[in-house]
Amino acid sequence: MSDKKPLSSVNDFVVRFANVNGSGSASANEMFARAILRHGVPVSPRNIFPSNIQGLPTWYEVRVTEAGHLGARGGVDMMVAMNPQTWDKDVAGIEPGGYLFYDSTKPMPSTKFRDDITVIGVPLTAITNSTYTDPRQRQLFKNIIYLGALSALLEMDPKLIEQLIGEQYKGKEKLLSSNVHALHLGRDWALQNLKCPIGLRVKKSDKVGDRIFIEGNSAAALGAVYGGATVCAWYPITPSSSVAEAFTAHCKKYRHDPETGKAKYAIVQGEDELASIGIVIGASWNGARAFTATSGPGISLMTEFIGLSYFAEIPAVIMNIQRAGPSTGMPTRTQQCDIIACAYASHGDTKHVLLFPEDPAEAFEFAAAAFDLAERLQTTIFLMLDLDIGMNHRLCRPLKWDDSRQYDRGKVMTAEMLEEGRDFGRYLDVDGDGIPYRTYPGTHPTKGSYFTRGTSRDRYARYSEEGTVYADNMQRLVRKFETAQDLVPRPLQANAERPTKYGVIYFGSTSPAMDEAIGLLEARGHQLDRLRIRAFPFHSSVASFLAEHDFVYVVEQNRDSQLRQLIVNENGIDPVRLVPIVHYDGTPITARFIAKAIGDHQDHLKVTPLRKAVS
Amino acid sequence: MTYIAKPKFHHPGLKKNDLGYTHRDYEGKISTLCAGCGHDSITASIIEACYELSIEPHRVAKISGIGCSSKTPDYFLGNSHGFNSVHGRMPSVLTGANLANRDLIYLGVSGDGDSASIGFGQFAHSIRRGVNMTYIVENNGVYGLTKGQFSATADRGSKSKKGVTNTDNAIDLVAIALQLGATFVARSFSGDKTQLVPLIAAAIRHKGASFIDVISPCIAFNNHAGSTKSFDYVREHNDAVNRLDVLVGRDPIAVDYAPGTVQVVEQHDGSKIALRKIDADYDPHDRLGAQTFLAKHAAKGQIVTGLLYVDPDAEDLHAHLNTVETPLNTLEADKLCPGSAVLDKINASLR
Repeated sequence: MSDKKPLSSVNDFVVRFANVNGSGSASANEMFARAILRHGVPVSPRNIFPSNIQGLPTWYEVRVTEAGHLGARGGVDMMVAMNPQTWDKDVAGIEPGGYLFYDSTKPMPSTKFRDDITVIGVPLTAITNSTYTDPRQRQLFKNIIYLGALSALLEMDPKLIEQLIGEQYKGKEKLLSSNVHALHLGRDWALQNLKCPIGLRVKKSDKVGDRIFIEGNSAAALGAVYGGATVCAWYPITPSSSVAEAFTAHCKKYRHDPETGKAKYAIVQGEDELASIGIVIGASWNGARAFTATSGPGISLMTEFIGLSYFAEIPAVIMNIQRAGPSTGMPTRTQQCDIIACAYASHGDTKHVLLFPEDPAEAFEFAAAAFDLAERLQTTIFLMLDLDIGMNHRLCRPLKWDDSRQYDRGKVMTAEMLEEGRDFGRYLDVDGDGIPYRTYPGTHPTKGSYFTRGTSRDRYARYSEEGTVYADNMQRLVRKFETAQDLVPRPLQANAERPTKYGVIYFGSTSPAMDEAIGLLEARGHQLDRLRIRAFPFHSSVASFLAEHDFVYVVEQNRDSQLRQLIVNENGIDPVRLVPIVHYDGTPITARFIAKAIGDHQDHLKVTPLRKAVS
Repeated sequence: MTYIAKPKFHHPGLKKNDLGYTHRDYEGKISTLCAGCGHDSITASIIEACYELSIEPHRVAKISGIGCSSKTPDYFLGNSHGFNSVHGRMPSVLTGANLANRDLIYLGVSGDGDSASIGFGQFAHSIRRGVNMTYIVENNGVYGLTKGQFSATADRGSKSKKGVTNTDNAIDLVAIALQLGATFVARSFSGDKTQLVPLIAAAIRHKGASFIDVISPCIAFNNHAGSTKSFDYVREHNDAVNRLDVLVGRDPIAVDYAPGTVQVVEQHDGSKIALRKIDADYDPHDRLGAQTFLAKHAAKGQIVTGLLYVDPDAEDLHAHLNTVETPLNTLEADKLCPGSAVLDKINASLR
């Protein structure tokens, strides 16, 4: 093992930083990722953090990927081990032939290392302590010093990092120069004392293009600004809080009246999720575009109101940044585990519209679209993100907006229409699409008022417990849900090069890992057609896709293959033909995992001829 | 839940208010509550107050939770939009509605179960945010629709109709509202319309969180001996500190009061309240004094009623949030969407 050859790779490797939460490492690590992007090389970074403020272990993983594979890869080629608490596990996790970067100020016993990896010691604490006296400075600059050392080891262009530091500390000359100084302290030490570069190297390329680097939560919040949301009510919960915080920041920049300085929005931090959704429902009932952002436990609390939104037909937008459940679960780990909880949220017969963006660019688009859909369909629209998309920077296409776009405010009967003598029945299906007209409170002195209630009522909003009246209304709601099928984003299909009997369905944050896995599977000789589902209710093309294939894998990040359950339930499909591929340990799904699971199943399906087997 | 259509005709000589509306224009459907229910008197008082204030009926949004009290918005202001929402959640729905359109009048109707039990949190937080609303609790100390269980405002030691003694301490919503910073706090009795109507009118004209606790006996389940929310008990223990008149566009001097007994309070919108003092020492501008006064009288078993506190210079949630004067629900893409040029800049900053 000791002669294991050191890994050698240009623009294709994984670096993982092991840090202590609260040590200020996050900004240095993010700078590392951005610096590689500035080389024209795509990266996919991920925060792996505990539910804690200070002291517990935290990791930041950067996948350097010229090929543009933005899913998690699995495995670590270089570990920057800055946390003694997790040392043993971190060292054990390095790929054979990989690299260990550590602070060599204090000698470590040889048993703490492995002989099949390259160990790179830099006396970070010694360098820091001889330069800085202030304890906080020592801590912060130590991070920049290791960034400098890494730039030498990986042959990165220091000018690009300096440029980033310059942008970050624009106008703060003192901080700027001291950061550049720290960068060169580390870099110079490495160049003078170590063999640079190592086998892993960053080489300038042109694979980033015009793509942007943004967190899904921030993009979704921006979508809400562009989509015309004026009321946001929320309650802090990981991993969704940064949606409301980003919405606040975006609104402060773009939503104040230039003349009066007054706000064209209202943001309320509710006392809980019940109040948050209540405020959203009240505001939407009164004709404003309103949303809340939450995660699984918040969805559980909101379900009574979600049923009201469904039955009384009040628009609402809920952004669910999913985390691992059930109960408090793993608050800082990712999953796609609220599919069933959201699709059928609340007691009684209910169904809700779900949107599944794959990345921040779609989170932006779908967030804006969610407000049109909510008002058009007069019901709750869920934007189903997860921690992996929401809280990590992701490289994605630039955000786009068509300035000629008008908001679809749905079927609203105005005072003029009422004056004309139009028949107003709040729950009257005038167009056959199941969607009735509504009026805003205060529209007309004598016409168009009605009483909104969660109890059963007739087409003219009059209370009724008549069975036929109740059933008539419930059937209309089914019609409305059918209408939704053609309004929501359609699935995207990509076929294999050769015709195949096998297909795969996936959605949301699984997307980049799935795209990469297809390549791995093709290399193993497996051809698969792909269908990325982007919304529920399912478009008719989902049923067609199922009909066209003998077996369809459904890849998702939860234990009970919830999307598969939903497909089986809604399409009346023989469950045997839908093979669950589930990944639910709280880490993002990887291409390696998908390729192995599907590949093994495919191998199993291919019956080996008997003659060949016995020969 | 009304099966009988209410006749629309009325006496041709029926008085009209400044807008030309009669009383009937402020009515709703026929009540389905029990005959003699205190809540129906409150409904009548709301109608009277809105008529007196010459409010355009459709400019009111009436929002309630669940329970007997929460049904009542169907029985007044038939030309207003109403929202019978979720149990205990009227305050959040009202808050959202208010944020969407600051130009309407928001009337929140709730009960003691709705506000003191399941919705205690929402009651508290809507008050502390200073939502511009009139929040009326029709307080009978009992769950009527589910047939007579104690609510959280039932006094300790009071007896249920079935003879069970309540051992839990009561929540005094007025005391809590004062503590939470409500800027208009009153208590009244459904059996005393002359006191209640002007209180509701003044609360509607108040810009801020107005709270009125109206003791409203439940004729079916809480009007027996041993109850502290029965008509007889409330009449015997009612301790009114003042009576008021709401003076809109009238000169208070012209009203005939004995000197020294009247205090005129001018509210933000220019409306005036003339307070006729009954208790000479009671000062409705002293929040702390009001809290002490209430506690002392409650200890003696007295139910203090009247305008207990008012801050005429109150601010509301919109002022705290610095929102535009135009209702948010009327803003369209031209006012709300930053556009593609801004988005290009945002994209550039993310590379």
